[in-house]
Amino acid sequence: MTSVADRVAGPAVAADASAREKAAAPAVSLPAVGERELRLDLFRGLALWLIYIDHLPPSLLTWFTIRNYGFSDATEIFIFISGYTAAFVYGRAMLEQGFVVATARILRRAWQIYVAHVFLFTIFLAEISYVANHFENPLYSEEMGIMDFLKQPDVTIVQALLLRFRPVNMDVLPLYIVLMLALPLILALMRFKPDLTLALSALLYAVTLEFDLNFSSYPSGYWVFNPLAWQLLFVFGAWCALGGAQRMSRILSSRITLWVCLAYLVAAFYVTLTWYVPQMSHWLPKQLEQWMYPIDKTDLDVLRFAHFLALAAITVRILPRDWPGLKSRWLKPLLLCGSHSLEIFCLGVFLAFAGHFILAEGGGSVALHALVTVCGILIMWGVAWLISWYKHEADKSAPRKGARGNADLAGGG
Amino acid sequence: MRSGLFLCVALLATISVAGAARAEDAPAVCDVPASLLESQSSLPKVAAAAKAGQPISILVIGSRSSSIGTDPGSAYPARLQAALKDKLPQVTVNLSVEIQPGKTAEDVTGTLVKLMEGKKPTLVIWQTGTVDAMRSIDPDDFRSAVDEGVVALQNAGADVVLMNPQYSPRTETMISVPPYLDNMRAVAQQHDVPLFDRFAIMQQWNEQGDFDLFSAHHGPELAKRVHDCLGRALSTFVIGAAHLGPAQQN
Repeated sequence: MTSVADRVAGPAVAADASAREKAAAPAVSLPAVGERELRLDLFRGLALWLIYIDHLPPSLLTWFTIRNYGFSDATEIFIFISGYTAAFVYGRAMLEQGFVVATARILRRAWQIYVAHVFLFTIFLAEISYVANHFENPLYSEEMGIMDFLKQPDVTIVQALLLRFRPVNMDVLPLYIVLMLALPLILALMRFKPDLTLALSALLYAVTLEFDLNFSSYPSGYWVFNPLAWQLLFVFGAWCALGGAQRMSRILSSRITLWVCLAYLVAAFYVTLTWYVPQMSHWLPKQLEQWMYPIDKTDLDVLRFAHFLALAAITVRILPRDWPGLKSRWLKPLLLCGSHSLEIFCLGVFLAFAGHFILAEGGGSVALHALVTVCGILIMWGVAWLISWYKHEADKSAPRKGARGNADLAGGG
Repeated sequence: MRSGLFLCVALLATISVAGAARAEDAPAVCDVPASLLESQSSLPKVAAAAKAGQPISILVIGSRSSSIGTDPGSAYPARLQAALKDKLPQVTVNLSVEIQPGKTAEDVTGTLVKLMEGKKPTLVIWQTGTVDAMRSIDPDDFRSAVDEGVVALQNAGADVVLMNPQYSPRTETMISVPPYLDNMRAVAQQHDVPLFDRFAIMQQWNEQGDFDLFSAHHGPELAKRVHDCLGRALSTFVIGAAHLGPAQQN
């Protein structure tokens, strides 16, 4: 069951030698222009589908998502690939157009993500308000108290615009925005000292864990995805894109790495099993349990990070860059979704809201649940196709701008 | 137009409820898979009291989801007591309920020592997590609060059963419960305390079609039937964890 879902896009092992020579001046190197890394699209598309399924109420299909087979889940894939592609696209922009122009482009991108987030929030408000007005079950009088924020729309909406008030399942985009805002700095540093940048990022991560740092949210609590911790994955993605993957290729192709990774994945799988079959926890040493739990998603627990690394290392090994299957039409839907990630991500969050709503109104039978899931994925595919088609047509009529564009590699726009 | 429709529905509902009131004594069908009613952990104090023929006094500490409006008799704690009396006729079961609305696990933990001094229960059933999830308290803080609370209860000489939040499909897009479920499971494992998985049980009922938890029932009937089932499931759970075999049950 772990098979397809577990494969994560990893850093390119066999990197382009020609590109390395071309961009010799600074410490970073970039793969050849125009050569799209299809594995990134593939796994980002997969992550988007899995995030959508995970956001729906649990069903049979939920069992196919990777969070049931280990510590990490689709969010790790999404953030890592976002870091990788962002560094790839804007790193090139920084080399070719300079710091200022690249920063401007990054900020424009962050703004787009922000607008998308606010748009989703508006839809959420509409849904909540409907439920608050039409639903009143004494069984849930306590839970319905969550609607109290509707009594203070002024405060709530301003807090939402400040990214401090966020409904459930709307935590990834704010994280992405913060990471994008930090990207100019990351890239500027990484251009000259990539390893130092990664080390600084790891240091920030360690300090965050040690001193429990996080962004506060409204009305109480903290960000569900702590940007100060999750930046490690993003920066690591960027580091891989800018030549780190090549420098690691020795380690990645070693047998020892393979076995360590496999052993870790199996161990993680076993631990995950004990969550569903508590009887199995008898064979799990108590000390290990005490040391291990809680496996924290907010602060990107080290165990989760390691799990992602292991998955990624194995994936790049068994799935080479030039794997012919990447051109197969069966994977086309995933590739299409992955290449327009911002749009499809937002669409997925919206569809999950809508799915919840339809299930609530329609009684939530298993058949309806399956239908909602499948339709959602088909819609994501359809819209991705439409965007592709539009971009293609628009590009045809526009004068050629050379290879500079390619922004949709960073997830559209 | 819309309100007219509502009125009709409400009227129909009232009529059908009145009709169903006759059949109310017949308990609702709400089977729970055995795995959800078994626990690796045990309740030695309850077992000892039952063996010695002493009364078992149960204290339920919870937030508002441990009650139904102002009707304590139909909420799950009272239903638990009734079910235990049915199944263990020779054992006296005393019950007290401490509802602390809107209190987080941390708030409740602060009150536990005092509470225990007054009541000296054999078994404490601590329902928590809902308020923390609604206020999105840092899951780490939640965990250490529950941890501290369980230790306080055990030190005061009681067996402890933890109970997690309700499965509430309508608020799933607003309240993120999973981190709190996970943390409660972890604390239960760590202190070898039985965890009554109310969330999974109610989810099961919803999937089996025993209860339509999505529906916008305005009356208390659904709540009463759910609590009755919860009380009975909880009684099976407690009897199992305390290993009160047929000897005590006869």
